[in-house]
This record gives sequence, C-alpha cells and structure tokens, in this order.
Amino acid sequence: MIKTVVSVGLPVDENLRVMKNVLQPEKLAGTEKRICIVTGTHGDELEGQYVCYEVNRRIQEAKECLKGIVEIYPALNPLGVDSISRGIPMFDLDMNRIFPGNEDGAVAEHVAAKVVQDIAGADLCLDIHASNIFLREIPQARINVNTAQTLIPFARRLNLDFVWVHAAATVLESTLAHSLNSIGVPTVVVEMGVGMRITEAFCQQLTDGIFCVMKDMGIWTGETIEPKQPIISEDGEVGFVNASAPGIFVPCVEHWINVERGERIGRILNPLDGTVEEEVCSPIHGMLFTLREYPVVSCGSLIARVLGGDYR
Amino acid sequence: MKKDCIYTLKNRYRDDMNIYGYRFGKGEKAACIVGAMRGNEVQQLYICSQLVRELRTLEAKGAIVGQNEILVIPSVNHSSMNIGKRFWATDNTDINRMFPGYDAGETTQRIAAGVFDAIKDYSYGIQFPSFYIQGDFVPHIRMMETGFQSPSLANLFGLPYVVIRRPTPIDTTTLNYNWQIWNSNAFSIYTSETNRVDERSARMAVAAVLRFLTRMGILRYTSHSGYLASVIYEADLANVKNDLPGIYHRHVAPGDEVHRGEPLASVTDPLEGEVISQVLAPTDGIVFFAHNEPLVMEGTMIFQIIRRLHE
Repeated sequence: MIKTVVSVGLPVDENLRVMKNVLQPEKLAGTEKRICIVTGTHGDELEGQYVCYEVNRRIQEAKECLKGIVEIYPALNPLGVDSISRGIPMFDLDMNRIFPGNEDGAVAEHVAAKVVQDIAGADLCLDIHASNIFLREIPQARINVNTAQTLIPFARRLNLDFVWVHAAATVLESTLAHSLNSIGVPTVVVEMGVGMRITEAFCQQLTDGIFCVMKDMGIWTGETIEPKQPIISEDGEVGFVNASAPGIFVPCVEHWINVERGERIGRILNPLDGTVEEEVCSPIHGMLFTLREYPVVSCGSLIARVLGGDYR
Repeated sequence: MKKDCIYTLKNRYRDDMNIYGYRFGKGEKAACIVGAMRGNEVQQLYICSQLVRELRTLEAKGAIVGQNEILVIPSVNHSSMNIGKRFWATDNTDINRMFPGYDAGETTQRIAAGVFDAIKDYSYGIQFPSFYIQGDFVPHIRMMETGFQSPSLANLFGLPYVVIRRPTPIDTTTLNYNWQIWNSNAFSIYTSETNRVDERSARMAVAAVLRFLTRMGILRYTSHSGYLASVIYEADLANVKNDLPGIYHRHVAPGDEVHRGEPLASVTDPLEGEVISQVLAPTDGIVFFAHNEPLVMEGTMIFQIIRRLHE
C-alpha cells in the first residue's frame, strides 16, 4: 500500500512528496514486528534504490511468507534524487544534519520531523547510504559506540562485510539514525558502493541480509541465506589516507584487498608537466575498505581508509 | 598595515587560493574580523574590504591604542566566489561547518584549521556570516548560547538587536561556536544582504565594528553612539508561514512595526493570477526576518516577528 509520509506544495503545480510502501499480511494480529527501510536522504546516493526494489520484489513474489510489517521509503529527499543533487534543492543544510527536525521550522526541517514521526515505534530501521561520488565503500554498517550494544546484533545478521563502531561526535547527533535511536527505534546505518552508481552485487548482498534479519524478527518465514560474519572494528584501528598534493589520483591496487604498511595504493599525477606529484602509500597494514573513485583530488581529499590487521 | 598570507591551498587547475590577513597595530591579539566564508557572501566581503580601508587610514593617523593588534580576513573562500558557488568548489562542503578544523583532514577541514590557528587567540572575534535560510534581516548581532556569551558586550556594537541562539548539534562546528569555546568573545553580524552589495547596511556594519573597537579601548574613533540593543532569544520570535504555495508578494519589510491581523504578504496563483492567500500578522511586533524570493513553497517560514515590540 503506497502512502504519503509528508507532502509540501511547491510553487507551481507540484508537490514534494515523501512516499513509502507498506507491505504487510492481509490479516494483522496487532503484534507484528515492523521494520523500516529508508534511503535517498542524499540525492546522489542510489545504491538503496535497487535494495528497495529488490526487497519489494522478493516480498511480493512470496507474500505468504510475510508475517510482519515492512515499510520501504526509497527517497527521503525525492527532489534531490530527481535533480542529481546531494542536498535538498534550495536548502543549505545537509538533510542528514537536521534531524529530528522541527514541525514549525523551515520546510526541510518540517519534512524531517514528519519522517521521524512516521518511523517512530518501528522495531528496526535500516538507513541505507552509498558514500558519495568520490569514494567507494565495501558493504558496511556504521554504528555509534553509544548504541553498539543494541545495534551490533542486528548488524551481524545483515550479511555485511564490515561493522565500523565509531566514536560519538556532537555533530552526528543531528542525523536520522541518532534521532531514531534516541526515541527507541534501533537504527543501523549501512554504507556501501559509490555515489551516482548502483553496484548490483552489493545490493543483492544487503538484500539477502535484510531477509535474514527479518526472519530473526519473525517478519519473514521464507528461505534465507546464512549471513556472512562481518569484521567488527573499533574506531582506533582505522588509518586514513589524504592527498598531500592536488592532481589526478590513479589507484594501483584493487578496492578491498590487504595492503602492507608503506605499500603503494596509487599515484597523484600532474597532467600538465607529466610528473608524479605524490606516491600514495598505506599508513598501516590492513584491509583497504574505502578507495577513492573520483580521480581529481585537492590537498586533503580522502583517498583511502585502511582497517588495521589481517582480514582477507 | 601588514598583509600576510595566513593559509595557502595549492591547486592544480587554477591559481592557488591564498587567504590573506590584514594586521593593524602591534601587540596583544585584540580583535579579529572574518568576512566571506561562502562564495555568495559578497556583502560580507565588501564590508571587510571597507574595514581594511578605514583601518588603514586610522592606523596612519595613530588611532590604534597602545599594544593592540587587529586582524581582518576579508575572504576565506574566493575559490567558490570566483565561480559562483556558495559552498566549497569541489565537494560542496561548507567551511563554516568545519571548525575548529583538522590539519590532516579533508580539504575544507584543512582550510578551517589553517584559518582557526591564525585567529583563535584574539580576545574578540567578529564574523560576517549569512544565514542558512534565504531572506532579509534587520541588522543584528547573533550569538550562540554556550554559557560563555556576553550580550552586554554585544550591545557595544550599537546595532538595534542582539539575538541569542541556542546551538543545535550542527552549530557546534561553526566559527562562532568554536571561538567561544576557545575563550574568544564571539559575535556574528548580520546585515540585510548577502549576494548583493547594500551600501547603507554595509556602512552601518563598518561603523558598528569601529564603535565596538573604540568602546573596548582598541581604537580611537568618534562615532554616533548607535542603539541600545534589544536582546532577544531566537526561540521567542514568532514564526509566520504561508499556507499555500505560489508567487509571493511581500507587503512589509524587516524593521517595520506590524499589528495583529495586518496583511504581511499575499500569495498569487502562479498559473491563474488570482490572489489565493493573505498572510496575516499573528501578533503585534517588529518584523525581524522576511523571505525575499519571488516564489514560496507551502509552509515556508516567510517572516519572523519580534513579539510585542514597538518602534
């Protein structure tokens, strides 16, 4: 059943509409668990679109296996998805920095408040992100250390490769995940792939995991896989690689391999004079879980993240 | 006057971005003034350029008192300004959401760190920012409620209003907030324009800064006393929204006194031309903020009114 979560009139004959699809058994006992799958907060992150499609498709092909409520929100920022804009068009702030929103505030803050109200009471929420146009990520959950105890059991079952438990930061208190976790909706943030693209294998991998979690929760009784055991890491084990010089970054390793400390990850080239500006090397021994996708770099551009240790 | 490059960002496809600081006087780090941090803050850039001009003249006349140094940084983000972008030219991040910065981090974190390192030890920090909601304000001083804010000092600028904002998590990465946390008295000055130069409010802003520096014993300058400011809390402002979207006609301006029930704006159907909505004042008061775009979405915050205040 397609429902409108919030609608705002645009100046000329159009409405901004955040939509959701509610999938549930024909007869409800009133005790069903409810999972919300949300994505499209950043309009340039598209991996979640395929996941939404695939969760919808699989449920609708075996409706008899559905024993709980699945709510799918493909686009919290529909105008951004449509206009290839990461943020909400004509609004300054990142949508994932205005939660829990404010019903009486600016339009975007009003939309954020309505989204939180709509999800409130769910037994689990998955907030699917897709990095940005600059970086490629392996399928991973990102969990604030303060919520790790509650969320890691869910994250372990999502068929992800990595669970990154990161330190708390005040600025992150304005994310959707923080707002929902604060009102008792366990919310796991998933990051995978790269902006403006769909990595079908990653989407299928996460979808398999979503059905595993739904089975654990009693929402799904159909066939599921046995999910992967993810690597679980605390913040301190991650090494960051940033560009020291501007230019064109060309990697010389594959994403998601083990690298040695000091091993070359790639080079930053100067196309004007044909020189190499920087040999980019790993700061630690470990697994390359983030790798730059977009070639043009400035001083400081993030090139890679490496999880210290032996994993692959 | 001494012109220093306080931070350089090396570029590959365009000139390096040099952030310049203009120093007046020598000695204690007394006051720092920061201008355009976003690429459309032309008014903010203009105001700081005029401050540089005024301070150069005043310094030549010996008007800087004792061992005091004033630093003015007119522009932090001309890489974006030169190509018509509000936020950072390559990744669209906002330098004013990156403080205190991180010198080994991403590009805008490095810029913020480089700037903050140069400005964090001044007794008074004055910034000319713009607001995240598009519109016109009455000129005012804005402060974060960090527990360190001092409205009585803000009053010394002589602007009509001092607004205190309770910080949200995203505000904790602004320059104003971090200045206060690092023990500077921080003030953000808002004039009535951003992407256009408004001479009148620019002159008012320059005068306000010179008045403040004089009252703090940093400068000798004779000016009008300005206003005794009304101190208001942002949360106490009455927000006025329109019920229908369309073409927006504003009937009142920031600074106007309005009365409950008075028409503030009307909305016209964009296809059929009929007036479809009148927006009425919910309270007596002074218009503090007004939307300034020709179109409105439904539920846009088009006015903020200072309740029960009269001219």
